[in-house]
Amino acid sequence: MTIAVPAELADRRTFKFDMTWPVMFGFMAVLCVLIVLPISWLVYYSLTAVDPVTQARSFTLDQFRTLFSDPEFVDPLITTVIIAVSSSIACCVIAAPMGWLVARTDMPMTRTIRALVTASFVTPPFLGAVAWEILAAPNSGLLNKLFRLVTGAPQDEHLLNIYSLPGLIFVIACYTFPYVFVLIANALDRIPSDLEDASAMLGGTAWDTARRITVPLALPALLAGALIAFLQAMILFGSPAILALPAGFHTMTTKIWSLFQYPPKPELAAAASLPLLVLTVILLRGQAMILGRKGYTVVGGKGAEPRLIKLGWWLVPAALFVTIVLMLPVFLPYFALFNAAFSPIATTLVTPFNATMHNIYFTFFELSSTKVALKNTFLLGAMSATIGTLLALVISYLTARQAVRGHRVLAFLATAPIAIPGIVLGVGLFLSYTRPPLVLYGTLWILLIAYITIELPAAYQQLQSAFKSVHPELEEASRMLGASRLRALRDVTAPLLRTSVLATWCFIFVSTIRELSAAVMLFTSETKVVSVLIFDLKESGDLGAISVLGISMLVLTFIVVVGVSRIPGFGAGTRLRNT
Amino acid sequence: MRISRRNILRGTAALTLAGAVPVRVLSAAPPAEAITPELIAAARKEGKVSYYTSVDLAMAERISKMFEQRFPGISVRVERTGAERVFQRIGQEYSSRIHAVDVVNSSDAAHFIVWKRNGWLAPYVPEDVAKFYSAEHKDADGQFAGFRLMLSVIGYNTAQVKPEDAPKSHADLLDPKWKGKMVKGHPGYSGTIMTATQQLVRDLGWPYFEKLAQQSIMQVQSAADTPKKIALGERAIQVDGNEYNLLLLKESGQPVEPVYASEGTPQVIGPNGVFKNAPNPNAARLFQNWSFSAECQQLIIDVAALRSLHPQAKEKPGRKPLKEIKTLKEDAAAVEKQGDEIKKRYSQLFKV
Repeated sequence: MTIAVPAELADRRTFKFDMTWPVMFGFMAVLCVLIVLPISWLVYYSLTAVDPVTQARSFTLDQFRTLFSDPEFVDPLITTVIIAVSSSIACCVIAAPMGWLVARTDMPMTRTIRALVTASFVTPPFLGAVAWEILAAPNSGLLNKLFRLVTGAPQDEHLLNIYSLPGLIFVIACYTFPYVFVLIANALDRIPSDLEDASAMLGGTAWDTARRITVPLALPALLAGALIAFLQAMILFGSPAILALPAGFHTMTTKIWSLFQYPPKPELAAAASLPLLVLTVILLRGQAMILGRKGYTVVGGKGAEPRLIKLGWWLVPAALFVTIVLMLPVFLPYFALFNAAFSPIATTLVTPFNATMHNIYFTFFELSSTKVALKNTFLLGAMSATIGTLLALVISYLTARQAVRGHRVLAFLATAPIAIPGIVLGVGLFLSYTRPPLVLYGTLWILLIAYITIELPAAYQQLQSAFKSVHPELEEASRMLGASRLRALRDVTAPLLRTSVLATWCFIFVSTIRELSAAVMLFTSETKVVSVLIFDLKESGDLGAISVLGISMLVLTFIVVVGVSRIPGFGAGTRLRNT
Repeated sequence: MRISRRNILRGTAALTLAGAVPVRVLSAAPPAEAITPELIAAARKEGKVSYYTSVDLAMAERISKMFEQRFPGISVRVERTGAERVFQRIGQEYSSRIHAVDVVNSSDAAHFIVWKRNGWLAPYVPEDVAKFYSAEHKDADGQFAGFRLMLSVIGYNTAQVKPEDAPKSHADLLDPKWKGKMVKGHPGYSGTIMTATQQLVRDLGWPYFEKLAQQSIMQVQSAADTPKKIALGERAIQVDGNEYNLLLLKESGQPVEPVYASEGTPQVIGPNGVFKNAPNPNAARLFQNWSFSAECQQLIIDVAALRSLHPQAKEKPGRKPLKEIKTLKEDAAAVEKQGDEIKKRYSQLFKV
């Protein structure tokens, strides 16, 4: 670089041109392979069919005709929309007041509350669904047993039925609400109190201030949250796969998965994937249109600490509300899982007399897939997190500093996978990499590609906003004092960003571990991951082993996340708050 | 000793087959083979075998642990999922030229017809299969044989249903009093349920299933799951499911009881076969050979409550002997032909 500095001083543009174009083309090529390839195969398959006689592929719209006329497909589509809308509304109704309580009031123990919300985020939705099955299956569910015990109701009466559409919506909302909560709480954190002070000084009542300042400023976050909740519910595979079949209906994701059962119908699966993709793109465009025009950004380090509202006697109902909300995705399910892990039969309460180590012994000493699955999962988690963070870091630097021409294309490509549901990506990757020249199916690489692609948008957005929060003037100052671009990056920007980088790493790691929908399309016996193993165990109803495996997976995840955030030199006290 | 026992056996077997049983000359079955020290040594060199099976996971792991104890140094990787998914998985892997499976066991015998037609199975006849297994329970070309016999039974939770009220037949399940109280496996995932559904469609007709679909049935995937669901008390009755899971739960003190329907109980034979492209060919043959030994067959009865086709294996006292149970006739060829149609029609009726 010592040679490069004078050259740069002489003609910066030449320097940039030489160095950055290949880099950018490289990254664009990588992103294209990650995203464009599987989507192209999906579209191609959805529009073609194999002629049974000649074995040649020819153009057809038959798949789409079936998709939009056969009730076998129309019903799941309608069900999916109902689920997505309802759980999105439920998430907002719960998360908005809770976010407000945590961020803007003198509610005690807010750090604990945030940590517990994180715990519900770390819980894979399919594990949550299994736990809720143990709790609220109509006859054997622990809560229904309690209900019958208390009320003396007969055996066939029940309070809750998890095997139903509302049951599924509830479970989905339980594990989607963290997304909305974090968005709203962070937004409320960042609204500087000077705006509210100004309103108060100008004679506005607390109600006026809330109506005209706080709510409008938090609205974009709520809207974004509602949208994310909608998308998450729409593309979720884990919870429906566990609850929808016993409840007697299909969602789009379970339907797509069932199309891969024998005899596999990849053409129909590809066609059924496209509505999810199109809907996602439309919604994201809609969000950009609503938010894009308004200058809502008040993010800045300059504002004073937000003024906390004194709850007074309202603390009691508020605390009750928060406790109940946290019971549903965290306390009750983990109680159920712990109980099932040590109980001879999952829905019987453990007592000192019937406690058993059988499930633990079975999972770790008899079940021959446990070791392979744990190894694969943590290997893939660490690799996806590392590669994904690096990729996102470089791309967000290039786009945030507008270091290269065409950075917008790069930004678009890095965000595009957000529109691809995991199961759709799984189908696309399966179609792409089961044929020469790149037969990756059967290796861990295909899963690695899937995980990186799925997590890239979130990682990119986090790091991009982190870069934006570091004003370029700091880097410029460093460069004016003679540092090279890389040195400025290393000595100024990197230290300021390390907390975000770490948070991003942890986010990808955790998301990879809870991923099921792409993995279930792409695994083979040698490349099984824990989420798929749990899914297989669910098929034959081995609830005890699922509980042991699920709890161990969470403990290990927790250890990794804590361990990583303790790495010397990296920001201690990193929390998943930003996720 | 270059003249191995295997070669001698091969010679003698060929002689006996050619001389004594002229019909057998037409079959392409190779001569029967015993477990030789050479086979064990070669298998040990490979060190592992991957066993794709649809038998209940705990049973599969137990069988493989027995094998590992019997032949130390060879570890068994159990890949357990429903038979229809095992079939789909192998098809998917083979079409991508991934040859991961060594030995397969499926509760849907029709799958072996397809695998054999594709030329994926290796001809290999274990000694006991040649000696003890009747012709109807083994492939004429020596590519597979019936490893286990299962029944798909009705069952009930004795804490919720009194024995005198319990259903006695498939027809009894249509009684409105059972509406919302039954759990059932799915032929799209379970080979046992697939095979059983074909028999019931043949003998009772689709109208029976149309009426059954009106009973608000809880649908699960696996035939191994329904007994667990009634043991939990989640539903009072299982429409179908593995007899062996139910018997094991009953023997461990759970309140469950099988019902052998008066119309007959569907019988399901789950064959075992070795794949031609097995990555561990010797360990695969050793596992296959041991699977059909009297020792292993007795184990599957004692430990897994399965039923055996090996005449030397003894049924366990306290369980209803097979010959006292009226069973429906199995027809793998028909399952192979009608399977897709049955799955399709079934999903239309039961909405999943």
